[in-house]
Amino acid sequence: MTLTPSSPGSAARRPRGAVRQSRAGTAFVAAYVVLLVAFGVLPTAYAVYFAFTDAGGKVTGFANFTATAHDFRFMDAVSHVAVYLAFWLLSLVVFVVALALLLHRLASGSASKALRFLYYIPGALAGAASVLVWLFMLDPTVSPVSSLLGMSGFHTFGEVIAPGNLPLLFTVIAFWTGAGGWIVVMYGALNNIPTDVMEAARIDGAGAWQTAWHVQIPMLRKWIVYMVILAFAGGAQLFVEPQLLSLASVGVAGRDYSLNQLTFDFAFQMNNINGAAAVSVELLVVSVSAAALFVARSGFFDAD
Amino acid sequence: MTVNKPSSGRERVFSKRRAALLAGCAATAALTLTACGGGATGTTTKDGFAQAPQKDGALTVWVDATRVEAAKLYQQQHPDVKLDIVTYDGDANGSNYLQTKVQLFNRTREGWPDVVFSAQNNEATWAVDAGFAAPLNKGLIPSASLGKFASGANDVCTVGGTVYCLRNDLSQAVLWYNAPLLKKFGYSVPTTWEEYQQLGEKVAKEHPGYLVGDAGDSYTPEIYLWASKCGANHITGPKSVSVNTTSEACTKMARLVDVLIKNKSMSISGVFSTDFGKNQADKVLLMPGPAWYGGAVFKGTFKTPAKQIAAAPIPQWKGDTSPSTGNVGGGTWLLSQHSTHIKAATDFLKWVTTDNAYQGEKAPGFPAYAPAAENWLKGQDASGYFASDLSALKAASSQVWPDWGSGQFSQEAIWAATVKPGMTQGKSIVSLLPAWQDSIVKYAKSNGYKVSQ
Repeated sequence: MTLTPSSPGSAARRPRGAVRQSRAGTAFVAAYVVLLVAFGVLPTAYAVYFAFTDAGGKVTGFANFTATAHDFRFMDAVSHVAVYLAFWLLSLVVFVVALALLLHRLASGSASKALRFLYYIPGALAGAASVLVWLFMLDPTVSPVSSLLGMSGFHTFGEVIAPGNLPLLFTVIAFWTGAGGWIVVMYGALNNIPTDVMEAARIDGAGAWQTAWHVQIPMLRKWIVYMVILAFAGGAQLFVEPQLLSLASVGVAGRDYSLNQLTFDFAFQMNNINGAAAVSVELLVVSVSAAALFVARSGFFDAD
Repeated sequence: MTVNKPSSGRERVFSKRRAALLAGCAATAALTLTACGGGATGTTTKDGFAQAPQKDGALTVWVDATRVEAAKLYQQQHPDVKLDIVTYDGDANGSNYLQTKVQLFNRTREGWPDVVFSAQNNEATWAVDAGFAAPLNKGLIPSASLGKFASGANDVCTVGGTVYCLRNDLSQAVLWYNAPLLKKFGYSVPTTWEEYQQLGEKVAKEHPGYLVGDAGDSYTPEIYLWASKCGANHITGPKSVSVNTTSEACTKMARLVDVLIKNKSMSISGVFSTDFGKNQADKVLLMPGPAWYGGAVFKGTFKTPAKQIAAAPIPQWKGDTSPSTGNVGGGTWLLSQHSTHIKAATDFLKWVTTDNAYQGEKAPGFPAYAPAAENWLKGQDASGYFASDLSALKAASSQVWPDWGSGQFSQEAIWAATVKPGMTQGKSIVSLLPAWQDSIVKYAKSNGYKVSQ
């Protein structure tokens, strides 16, 4: 920390630094590209190949897509994921922005530091482990908040995991595990808003509410879009939460709930890898289209 | 030191990344190769299937946590055999781990275990199509040994007359009861379902809180509706099933269970739920359940003291001439067609399913191999845990109603997802029977079954 490398001083050194920088940049990007090709592009291409062929490798056009769409679980899974996404994205945008603004208000002092740490802790737990924590939280017989569950009218695990509650439960679990990281990111973005802008707002007599609504949130817009794009892609791939819940509840809730679980079933229980690939290609198309829409509408890549 | 640390750390990161990269490339290459590569070579057809060239080396055995004891005992008695014991979830609760893995091994063309235990008894429905399970009655296991399994025990392993797995244990349902408690209350063991219902109604009035059964587990239909000869799951051919959940046989049992659930003498928690263990385990008066309830539920989970639990035959409907009961699971052992140690694998399979050292003495459930079962019953009597002899189990082992099959789709999963949530909301089982049928039909069809209703 104390050893600040080559202070960006004299103009004479700049060109050499720039060359070195661009070379380092290329090296970093190259490493990423190799990984992207090996673990992103190739598997995707493989899935697309599978989606349009049958088990023998013969091209079948859209047969896999229509066959999987006719499975009786398909439309259910689509609606489950759609409802979950609506809950999840809405809660993410509203609460993450609100909590980040709150955190920024408290910027000075140890309360802010403690809160930042608290928000981030759940994110540090690995995904599946944090879902397991919730499975305990939601079982009234072992839950530390069983009285709270009891007051809401839930006395057994079976009542808690009634089909109507699932989107909300998965949202709560996903928010708890995933939102902390985003709060910290938003907080960082808020810190990047130039102080003169904030000062101008204050001099013009804007209160906390007005500053947030008219200055901070508009300047956070790109970050919010970025968060929504990633959260949409992640949410559409809902898998761990329902899968673990279905194991914990011995199949009462969460079996064949999401599209990703359906692909898992197709691939490994019905020996239909090609059908599974078709569904995953659909997920890819939907996520990419949603991202494209958000990017186009928000001017995500426009220079300021 | 402080200067060196980060750099060595960075190197480590780089080498890790390189390793990951290499692995990635290798995986891609392997995928392409196997995708293009041809079939297996050098096989010889023997014992009814094409056997891979045999090699020396460790025998890989997959077992669940409970069966580790069996594998370890085999190792102890056969110290010269190299045994690689791998523990997995045993496919319990329909996890399908084995099937998932075999599908992957079929793609990579290596990695199959030699012998596998599965807690599910419907493995033959996919393992034969997947080319995994080896035929056992074509030379590997002598027909004399196969003939000594309890009648019908290996039906779930038989596809088109060929046996593809061996049954580990039977799970015929009997009526478990708490003998001293029943005596204290002045009741007698019901022999008909009518008496059973009356007793439940009496218990609800005279001793509220005590239970005559549980209907909250995913295998509930296999205890009550199977015993009542309800035709919900009649597998009529390798890929055909007949489903009728609204016949009189189904509705009269559903009505009985509904009455007892309503007056709270039957729980809907499920015996393995935390709720049951905490609040109801010491309130069990009667409990229709499979053979393994004795060890796994009463002795293991509830920790019921010795000399209390006894077993009686499951009740019958009044006027029914042939006794019938249900069956909940009962594990199976499979031998891999791809094994390169078939002789050692067969030896292990024979030992683990028939030898008294394990099945006759140590097995937690009722052995499917009849001579071992005799020995096992003697051992249970001698152990002094049960308040009666377990002869009811032996009688029930041949009374399992044969028209409830074992298909590729999990009946337990369907019941759990379709009927259980409704029961939790307070709906009656009778009202849920049509939805149950609908769901079975959908799952059967999506698994490629021809369904008649």
